[in-house]
Amino acid sequence: MSEAKKAAFRAPNQKMNYALQYPQNDGGMNDRIKRLHEQSITTPTTLTIERALIETAFYKENYGKMPNCILRARNFYEICKKKTIYIGKDELIVGERGPLPKAVPTFPELTCHTVEDLHTLNDREMQPYYISQEDIDTYEREVIPYWEGRTQRERIFSHVSKEWEEAYHAGVFTEFMEQRAGGHTSMDGKMYQRGLLDVKKLIAEALEKLDFINDPEATDKQQELQAMDISCDAAILFAERHAELAEKMAAEETDPQRKAELEKIAEVCHWVPAHAPRDMQEAIQTYWFTHLGTVTELNGWDCMNPGHIDQHLYPFYKKGIEEGSMTREKAKELISCFWIKFNNQPAPPKVGVTALESGTYNDFTNINIGGIDKYGNDAVNEISYIILEVQEELHELQPGLSIHVSKVTPDEFVMAGARVIRQGHGYPSCFNPDTYTKELVRQGKSQEDANEGGCSGCIEVGAFGKEAYILTGYLNTPKILEITLNNGLDPVSGKKLGLETGDPRTFTSYEELYAAYHKQMKYFVNMKLAVNNYIERMFSLYAPATFLSLFIDDCISKGKDYYSGGARYNTTYIQCTGLGTTTDCLSTLKKHVFEDKKYTMDEILKAVSENFEGNEKMRQYIINRTPFFGNDDEYADTIAVKVYDDLVDAIEGHPNTRGGTTQLNMLSTTCHNYFGSVCGASCNGRLAKFAISDGTSPAHGADTNGPTSVIKSLGKLDQTKSGGTLLNVRFVPSLLKREEDLKKLVSLIRTYFSLGGHHIQFNIVDTQTLLDAQNMPEEYKDLLVRVAGYSDYFNDMTEQLQNEIIARTENEEF
Amino acid sequence: MALIFDIKRFAINDGPGIRTTFFMKGCPLRCVWCHNPEGIPEKPVKLYTQKKCIGCQSCVDICPEHNLVLTPDGIKEIGTCLLDSLPLGSKGGSCGKCTDECPTLALQMAGKEWEMPKLMEIVEKERKVMEDSGGGVTVCGGEPLMHPDYLVEILTELKSRNIHRTVDTTLFASAKTVEKVMPLADLFLVDLKHMDSEKHKRYTGVPNEQILSNIRLISEAGARFWIRIPLIVGVNADDDNLQASADFIASLPTPPEVVNLLVYHDIGKGKHARMGTEYNPEELEMEAPSEELQQHAIELFKAKGLNVKIGG
Repeated sequence: MSEAKKAAFRAPNQKMNYALQYPQNDGGMNDRIKRLHEQSITTPTTLTIERALIETAFYKENYGKMPNCILRARNFYEICKKKTIYIGKDELIVGERGPLPKAVPTFPELTCHTVEDLHTLNDREMQPYYISQEDIDTYEREVIPYWEGRTQRERIFSHVSKEWEEAYHAGVFTEFMEQRAGGHTSMDGKMYQRGLLDVKKLIAEALEKLDFINDPEATDKQQELQAMDISCDAAILFAERHAELAEKMAAEETDPQRKAELEKIAEVCHWVPAHAPRDMQEAIQTYWFTHLGTVTELNGWDCMNPGHIDQHLYPFYKKGIEEGSMTREKAKELISCFWIKFNNQPAPPKVGVTALESGTYNDFTNINIGGIDKYGNDAVNEISYIILEVQEELHELQPGLSIHVSKVTPDEFVMAGARVIRQGHGYPSCFNPDTYTKELVRQGKSQEDANEGGCSGCIEVGAFGKEAYILTGYLNTPKILEITLNNGLDPVSGKKLGLETGDPRTFTSYEELYAAYHKQMKYFVNMKLAVNNYIERMFSLYAPATFLSLFIDDCISKGKDYYSGGARYNTTYIQCTGLGTTTDCLSTLKKHVFEDKKYTMDEILKAVSENFEGNEKMRQYIINRTPFFGNDDEYADTIAVKVYDDLVDAIEGHPNTRGGTTQLNMLSTTCHNYFGSVCGASCNGRLAKFAISDGTSPAHGADTNGPTSVIKSLGKLDQTKSGGTLLNVRFVPSLLKREEDLKKLVSLIRTYFSLGGHHIQFNIVDTQTLLDAQNMPEEYKDLLVRVAGYSDYFNDMTEQLQNEIIARTENEEF
Repeated sequence: MALIFDIKRFAINDGPGIRTTFFMKGCPLRCVWCHNPEGIPEKPVKLYTQKKCIGCQSCVDICPEHNLVLTPDGIKEIGTCLLDSLPLGSKGGSCGKCTDECPTLALQMAGKEWEMPKLMEIVEKERKVMEDSGGGVTVCGGEPLMHPDYLVEILTELKSRNIHRTVDTTLFASAKTVEKVMPLADLFLVDLKHMDSEKHKRYTGVPNEQILSNIRLISEAGARFWIRIPLIVGVNADDDNLQASADFIASLPTPPEVVNLLVYHDIGKGKHARMGTEYNPEELEMEAPSEELQQHAIELFKAKGLNVKIGG
C-alpha cells in the first residue's frame, strides 16, 4: 500500500460534528438571525446608570410622601417614561432593560455599588461590566450618597444577630436577598387572554368591592390596588414609546421591507400589552414587555420565565397557519428573535467581594417545553420542536432549555431533545412532571395548578402564574458536619459557630455521632429560618412588586402584593447542598471507626485537620474502600436517605410571613465551589477547599458503577418531599454517536423518572476537549458546558470550576 | 467455577438495550489486539497501575512470600507470587493479599470467584434498567465457552429470572458445547476475525475451521446471532478478507441480525502495561480504519444484502 493510501486509511482525529437531524429544518439561521445573534454574543456587557439616576431623583423628591407600594409603582412608571428606548436594526421583537443590548442597570434600592465595586467590575479580567469614569463620577455624586443607610442590604445586615452573621461569613449558608429581591417565578397563560386594560378593569372591580367597614386591611388593599393600576399604565406607556419610535424609524426608513417591519412593530406595540395579543408576534411581544417590566421594577433572584411557552404560543401559531398568515419559517424567525432578547440581558453584577470573585452570572430563564397540559395530557406540539431547533442553532447562554418528560410524552420528542443534548451545549436538561406535580400537590396545590407548573430557573419548581416561591439561600451541610466534628467550632475561621454537641472522640456509636450532627443541623436551619422571615417582611414593606403582582393569581382579587402573600401559593425555600459529601463522610466514620475499627476517630480527625498531609495512605484507603453514595449500595444510600429526610423534617412546614410554609430543595448552582472553598478537608478524603458535591449528585469521583447505579441511588430518595433535586451526569460524545445510543439515553432518563427522579442533565464533552479548551481558550470560545442548573461558557469559568468539570466522573465505554 | 474479572453495568455496546456484562476468565485465543488481555489466563492476574501508586509499601509489607519491592519504577516482583506458583483453588493459590491491602487500587486483582446469589444481586439491582431499555445480561470473556458448566449455570439462573441473555463468544469450542449453551442464550455475539485459517492462526493463535463450522451450526439451528468483525488495517480490513467474510456470512442459512464492524483501537496497550506484559510484541502492523474505509466496508456487506453497522 502506498504511503498516501495508508494515510488516507488512517482514522482522522476529527471533532464530532453532527448534522441537524430535523427533517423539517430549513437549514439553520437566516441572515437576520445571524446578524442579531452575532451582535448579541459580541457586544460587551456594560453597566448603565440610567435606571439608578431616574430612581434616585424620584426617591429624593417623593420618598415619605406616599405609601411605599404607590412609591414603587410610580418609580416604575417614572423609569418606563424616561428610560432610553432602543429598537435595533433587524429586530422584530423589541425592548431592552437598559438603553442598549447587554447594558445592565443597577438597583441601588436593594444594594448600592460603591465606587470601588464599579472599578472592580470594569477592570476585572473575567466577564467585566464596562463603565466609563464619567459614569462612575456621576454615580458617586448623584446616586451613592442618597442610598447610604436606605438599601435592603443594609436593612438586613443591621438586623441580623452576631451568630447569624458569623455563620453567614463562615459559609454555613448564603443569603439570596442580601443583594437581590426575592424571585423565581414563571408565567402562566393569562397574559395571552387579557390585556392590561382588562387587568385595569379587574383592579377597578376589586377596588369597588373593598369593604372599609368590615375589612381592617381595606386601606392597605386599596393602596396596593392603586399601585397595581399605576403599574399597568407604566407598562402600556413603555410599549407606546416603542410604537412611537418604530413609527419615527419607519418614516425615515428607505428599505421597503424594513419599513413594513417597523410599521408592524409600531402596530404591535400600540396594541400590546394594553390588549390581548392577536397573533404570534404580538403574543411574544406581550411576554417580552412583561418580562422587561418585572426585571426593571426589581432585580428578582434570579429568573423570570415565560413558563410553558410552547403551549402558550401554539394557538397563535395554529391560527396563523390556518389563516395563511404564518409559516413555520416565520414562526422560527420570531422565536429566534425572542431568544436573542433573553441573551441580551446579563444579570446585574454583585457588590463587594463577590464582585471580584464571581465570573459570569446570568439570569436563569429555563424555558420549559413538552410535558403535560393542565389536564395531565401530553402537551408536545410543533412549537416544542421549533424551539429545539432554535436552541440548537443559537446555543447562546440564555435562555436555558428543559424538556419535560412525563409518562405520556412521546419518545419522538424525547429523542429530538436527546439529539440536542448530544450537541454538548449543556441543554436541554430533563424534568419529570410525574414527580414534580406530586411535589407541588404535596405542598398543597390543586392538581390543575400543579399540572400547569414547571421549573423556572435551575431545578426549582412552582405553580406557574400562581405562586411566589422565594429561594432564600444555600445550606452547606458538609460544613455543618465539620462544625459537629469540632464540637461547635469552625476549624477554618477558628470561631465557635455551632452548639457544643460533644467531642466526637468520646462517641461510642455511629448513632451518637449522627444525633450530634442532627442537632447541629437543626440549630443552623432555625437560625436561617428566623432571618428569612424578617427579610420577607422587609420586602413586603419596602420593595413590593406591584407590576409582577398583576400576573400572579390571586394578587388582584386579594388586593395583596406578590411579596405580601398575594399569590395563591407562597413558599419559602432553603436549598440544601452537599448531600453526597455529607453522606460519604458519615459512611466513612460509620464504616472505618465504629464498625471495622480500622481507624480511630482521633486518627481520622487529626488527618482531616492536617488536610491528610503525610496521610495519603489513609486518604486513599477511605476513597477506595468506603461505600459511597451513588453506587446503588444500600450501606451509603441508607445514610443519604436519612440525611435527606432529616433535612426535610427540619425545614418543611414552618410558617412564613406570607401565609405559606418553608420547604426544602436540593440545589447548589455553582455554590458547591464556594462552599467547598470555606471547608477544610473532609472525612471522605476530600481535600480542603475542593468543591463539595453538587445538588443531589454523588460527590466527585464517588460513583464508580456507572450512571445506572447513580440513578438507582438517587431513586431511593423520596424526591416528592422536595421542591427539586439536581442530578448531573457527564457523558463523552462517543457514547451518543448513533441513534440507538440516544435511545439508550432516553431509556435511562425514563428509568430514572419512573424511579421518581425530578431532574437529570447531561454534560456531553470529552476530557481531551476540555483540556484543550483550558490550554487554548481562544479556540474554544463557544464551548458551553452544563454546570449545575444552567450552562455556561467554559472559558468564563474559574480554573477551579474547570478542573471540577474535568474531574467529574466520565462514563467511559469501550 | 470460573472466575469473573469484571462486571460492567451500563454496558451499551454488548447487545440490545442497556446491559450488565460479566467478563469470564480464560480464553484459548491469543488475539494480538486483545483489549482485555487480563481475561486470557484462567487464573487471577495482578494488575498494577504505576501512576496510582503512592509508594506506601502496604503490599510489600503484607506479601507472605516477600516477593514485592518498591523501586524507583514502582512495585516490582523479585521472587514468585503464590498466584503463579500454586494451582488455582489450592491453599494460597488465590492469595491476593497485596491487592486487598493496596489503598489506592494501584494493585488490583483481575479475577475472583462469585457466588451465584451475589451475581444475581447485581442483576436484580439493574433489572429495572434492563427491562426499560430492552437490555439484559451479556456474558463475555475471555471466552465464556471455555467454562460451559458455569456458563450454563449462570444462563439457567438468568432464564429462571426472565432476564435476557447474550453470550459474547468466539465460538472456538466443540459443537457439543455450543449445542449445550444454545437453548439458554437469547442471542450470540460471535466474533469473526479472519476468513483465512492461516492468518487467523497467525493473529489469534488458533485456526478458524471450528469457529466457522459453529457459526454455521447456530445459524442452521435458527439461533439469534450478531456477527462482530474487528476492523483492523493490516490484519483483516483488506478487500479480499472483507469480501470473503461477506460471502461467508451471506451463505449462512439464517443470516445474522446484524454485522457489527468494530473499529480497531489500541486500548489493550494500557492493559498490557498494567499486567507487566508487552502489547503486540512482534510489532505487527495494526491501524484503525479511516472513515472512507469504514464506509467502503459497509458498502461491501450491504451489497450482500446484510444489515451492517459500525460499532456494536
